[in-house]
Amino acid sequence: MATDISTTPGSHTQPVPPQTEPDYLHVSSGFSSWAFTLDHKRIGIMYLIGVMAAFALGGVFALILRTELLTPGPTIISADWYNQMFTLHGAVMVFLFIIPSIPGALGNFVVPIMLGTKDVAFPQMNLASFYLWVGGAIFFVAALLTGGLDTGWTFYTPYSTTTSTSVIAATFGAFILGFSSIFTGLNFIVTVHTMRAPGMSWFRIPLFVWAIYATAIIQVLATPVLGITLLMLIAERALGLGIFDPKMGGDPVLFQHFFWFYSHPAVYIMILPAMGIISELISTYSRRHIFGYRFIAFSSVGLALLGFLVWGHHMFTSGQSPAMSVIFSALTFSVAIPSAVKVFNWLATMYRGSISLATPMCYALAFLFLFTIGGLTGLFLGTLVVDVPLHDTYFVVAHFHYVMMGGTLIAFLGGIFHWWPKMTGKMYNEFWGQVSSVIVFLGFNLTFFPQFILGTRGMPRRYYNYVPEFQSLHVMSTVGAYVLGLGLTIALAVLIHSLMRGKKAPNNPWGAATLEWQTTSPPPLYNFNYEPVGRDPYALHEMEYDASIDGYKHNPELAKLAPAH
Amino acid sequence: MTTTLLTLLANDELVPKWANWNMFPESNSTFGPAVDGAFNFIMWVCIFFFVLVCGLMVYFMVVYRRRTPNDKMMSSPTHNTPLEIFWTVVPSFLLVIMFARGFAGFVDMRTPPADCYDIKVIAKKWSWTFQYPDGTSTNELHVPVDTNVRLTMRSDDVLHSLYIPTMRVKMDVVPGRYTYLWFKALKPGQQHLFCTEYCGREHSMMITKCVVHPTQPDPNGNEDALLNMDFPQWLVYASDITRNKNFMTDGKFDPVKAGAELYKTKGCSACHSLTDQRIANGGPPWLPLSHALKTGEEIQLQDGSVKADDNYVRESILAPNAKRRTGYGNMPSYQGQMKDPEIDAIIAFIKSLDK
Ligand code: HEC
Ligand SMILES: [Cu+2]
Ligand SMILES: [Cu+2]
Repeated sequence: MATDISTTPGSHTQPVPPQTEPDYLHVSSGFSSWAFTLDHKRIGIMYLIGVMAAFALGGVFALILRTELLTPGPTIISADWYNQMFTLHGAVMVFLFIIPSIPGALGNFVVPIMLGTKDVAFPQMNLASFYLWVGGAIFFVAALLTGGLDTGWTFYTPYSTTTSTSVIAATFGAFILGFSSIFTGLNFIVTVHTMRAPGMSWFRIPLFVWAIYATAIIQVLATPVLGITLLMLIAERALGLGIFDPKMGGDPVLFQHFFWFYSHPAVYIMILPAMGIISELISTYSRRHIFGYRFIAFSSVGLALLGFLVWGHHMFTSGQSPAMSVIFSALTFSVAIPSAVKVFNWLATMYRGSISLATPMCYALAFLFLFTIGGLTGLFLGTLVVDVPLHDTYFVVAHFHYVMMGGTLIAFLGGIFHWWPKMTGKMYNEFWGQVSSVIVFLGFNLTFFPQFILGTRGMPRRYYNYVPEFQSLHVMSTVGAYVLGLGLTIALAVLIHSLMRGKKAPNNPWGAATLEWQTTSPPPLYNFNYEPVGRDPYALHEMEYDASIDGYKHNPELAKLAPAH
Repeated sequence: MTTTLLTLLANDELVPKWANWNMFPESNSTFGPAVDGAFNFIMWVCIFFFVLVCGLMVYFMVVYRRRTPNDKMMSSPTHNTPLEIFWTVVPSFLLVIMFARGFAGFVDMRTPPADCYDIKVIAKKWSWTFQYPDGTSTNELHVPVDTNVRLTMRSDDVLHSLYIPTMRVKMDVVPGRYTYLWFKALKPGQQHLFCTEYCGREHSMMITKCVVHPTQPDPNGNEDALLNMDFPQWLVYASDITRNKNFMTDGKFDPVKAGAELYKTKGCSACHSLTDQRIANGGPPWLPLSHALKTGEEIQLQDGSVKADDNYVRESILAPNAKRRTGYGNMPSYQGQMKDPEIDAIIAFIKSLDK
């Protein structure tokens, strides 16, 4: 790949010109300069603050839940409160945090810069997507304040059509959030297709952008189904239309099909962007050209498409016909392959690298460990006969937390630490960053590993009380949750400290080769003060450390020493 | 060669003890081997790949750690198609074995044999009712050992799910249709039976027992005499509460004692309190009712009123919608689920509340 790069005129000869105009944070100030901004970077920052607040809320719910589970009987809250807490924990984490987190915050900030363009294709729509998110969040909070919500984040009928809690407000919130997600996705698809810098061919797009692109396809194709499903649910509740309730001639299992038709692909909306981040991190901090670029890129698209064919694996015990379960089980195994391919390629990227254990890499390695466990334990659940006893137990809870939290959240944190200097222009305390990653990693495993055992031993999920024999494992898990909470608090403290005291960041502190590092930190309003040109995003060997700026610079001389293919 | 390898991988008999990492509770049904064997097989595949991935990761972290910011780049390839194909194809074989094992066991689980002992299951918020062919009904599941048992399940309200970990079975109970489940227990004893589909406030209290009865009464078995009865004997016993030893006081049947027990096991406690406090979304509290029964007061209805007496209580249980009280929702009917002596016992119990 290095050869065709050197044929691109001017691709190596561009040192980043010194900054003359104010950066995007300082071009304008005041409330309305943010509230009405069309700058993808500022929208990304607003998303970042929003999703972090949502995460904090969902996290507090989680700690309350874990505390309640310290003893087999009632501990601190009533059963009704417990049911509301786990519902809102799930709903807030899924709809307000994980789905918008990486695309909304990091994707918005970096994708256009990585492509070497000024902004996304539809800046107004981008801002609208953020406000739709805010609107959805308001409905969620309103549901919380007006009667709560106790259906579980899955809204299964006929419970959700008969409970007295605020199902309509919450589903309407989720409906609005769906549009926010569609807007983001549509924007990225058009941006990737039409706004790439000169020289930025499809196979010079960084893998993070490939991942966001594959995600966007799912967002646009699957989210409308969720919207329709939620509308039908609202119609049934409000107008008494019998779609899902057998008392009115409906079918409750139909709801599950609709729901998972969206929500399984949504798993890939959550995990693909995280995989994209990991591709960037592993290659940058190993100072190695990413291994198997095309395989990683195509596996993202493959996952996005295959993800549409497996929803029935959530329903092996629902009463759907056994023949259907068999087909869904077979298809489910096919999605295991692309994920495994990615993991092997990441490992191959580390091989013979120069591996730095900077904070983002610590998170990336934690991701590799946790995601491997999360992915492998999915095999138990895809296997029909084993899923029967494990379904709806803590095994499933542990499995999806390893994937969603050990995967997406950890990658998100790694991404935040990686792009933080670019976003804020400030460095953070490396040591405490590393400490946070280690505590998060240990706390995470202590919280969720015991849950695999709990589930296999027979502990059902969504239980307020439980039989006493499960107590010791629950106590372990709760202690783990506190440790995890501590680790995340340290991570937040490191970031806040950096904002106040951090030293100025160089343009390229990590020696990364993607375009966002070939501009100033933070970037100017229109991202570059020169005409960027697409080049191999993983030509890391061309980056040279310069002690005088404590950062890396592009050295065209090194291009000639391109490593063997 | 490959076929021998495959049979080796799929034959659990050959697995030595130390290599059995199955984490399920000890199995008590004929499904045990299929489930546990598949679990253990997947476990070893997982251990292999986990050690491979994390071992390499740690090894690379140490061996290739960065020493200076400008470490010399070692020459190494950026792609290798044969390698990619290798690590795509080889794991696929393992996945095929997993699928096949899961499939074989599952078909068995979903195909009840012809000679099943049939038990009806009614799930409702928040209790289980098990009805045996002779009309007896209980809130714990009782089954004979070594017999194919089929459960025909329905729900009165929302989704529930019946799960017996030791039997390795689980099936949702869906309103508006029947779902089925079958198993064959191997050993007498009792085990947990859980509801695993979220169903509201008392979801986590929808726990009961699955009791497996021996083929012959076993005098040296469990201390609990009930558990030692063979199944037919238990059935006779269960169908008549007046002969139930638990409800005896000084060797005579005590209806108040029986009523107190039925209050809990029949699920009345979810909606009726024994004080004068209303349970949210529930029915009328029983202390005032007890008082009314004693004094013969009139009870206010949506239209008119009714004298509180045994007949009113009986009707409220069997046909709750016949007389509607103001300010309350519906009560599910217990028609066919409670026998006369049981209703008598409940009435005696309610009457005993107002001292
Ligand atoms: C799901 C909640 C629920 C359960 C379980 C339940 N009930 Fe009720 N019960 C009600 C409601 C609601 C009413 C009022 C019904 C009406 O006015 O039509 C009621 C009314 C009654 C009454 C009349 C009380 C009065 O003061 O007028 C009696 C007696 C009664 N129930 C007995 C029972 C017994 C015995 C059981 C258990 C075998 C039971 N109920 C289980 C909800 C329940
Ligand atoms: Cu899924
Ligand atoms: Cu239930």
